Amino acid sequence: MALIAAALAVTRYNVVHALLYLLAMLLALAAAFFALGAAFAAVLLIMVYAGAIVVLFVFVVMAVGTSPQAIAREREMLQRSWPMPAAISVLVAAPFLFGIGEQAAGNTAPIAAQAVGRLLFGPWAWAIELASFLLLAGLIGVRHIGRDRAQEPEE
Amino acid sequence: MTGTALTGMMIVAAGLFATGVFGVLARRGILFQLIALEVALSGPALAFIAAGAYHGDAEGQGMFVLVLTLAAAEVAVGLALFLRIRRSKGSDDSDAVSGLKG
Repeated sequence: MALIAAALAVTRYNVVHALLYLLAMLLALAAAFFALGAAFAAVLLIMVYAGAIVVLFVFVVMAVGTSPQAIAREREMLQRSWPMPAAISVLVAAPFLFGIGEQAAGNTAPIAAQAVGRLLFGPWAWAIELASFLLLAGLIGVRHIGRDRAQEPEE
Repeated sequence: MTGTALTGMMIVAAGLFATGVFGVLARRGILFQLIALEVALSGPALAFIAAGAYHGDAEGQGMFVLVLTLAAAEVAVGLALFLRIRRSKGSDDSDAVSGLKG
């Protein structure tokens, strides 16, 4: 399900269609997270990806718009030059597929959000600090890139 | 969670990543490439969650949170660059900026 939606998302010619398939892929992924016992991660995925990131894309599409000739050019380009990237991605995926063996049965209990929080704000506090640095750098970078003109759709 | 389920999840994760790589390589519109980048990032995220669930460890979800912040920052910067390139070059084609100092 997630794979089909992903394949559709990267092959659509219209940006809005691609975004909708990206959303379908994210929701399927969140369902998989729920099934894996990671409810906290699933909720985070829906909130941050589906809520924030896709909305950011939609804002940019709204600000920029899509013209029919851009869609036509995209279609022409994708039809002309798909085999080489496809071969490269098969090469990328092949080691994963052959490298995975059969494992013994593992844990079955779901992992509570409490455990994640205890990990993140206990031994992994440095990682949280790094993530906040990354977000701050991103914020300043976006501010700098979008500075010269008056219109600033991000942040 | 059984070993077979873990294997299946890893295959799905590898497939997602490969699909994203294909998208980044095959598309030329920057917006499409960013969407494909999101797809590619979700593959490792799924792998982290699946491995964390398999080993009964919260570290998988911890890494997922970090991947999420990375994706958020990357998308914000990518979209800002997209708007900037579109303004300065009048094009949403990533080949338009293939030359440095162009």
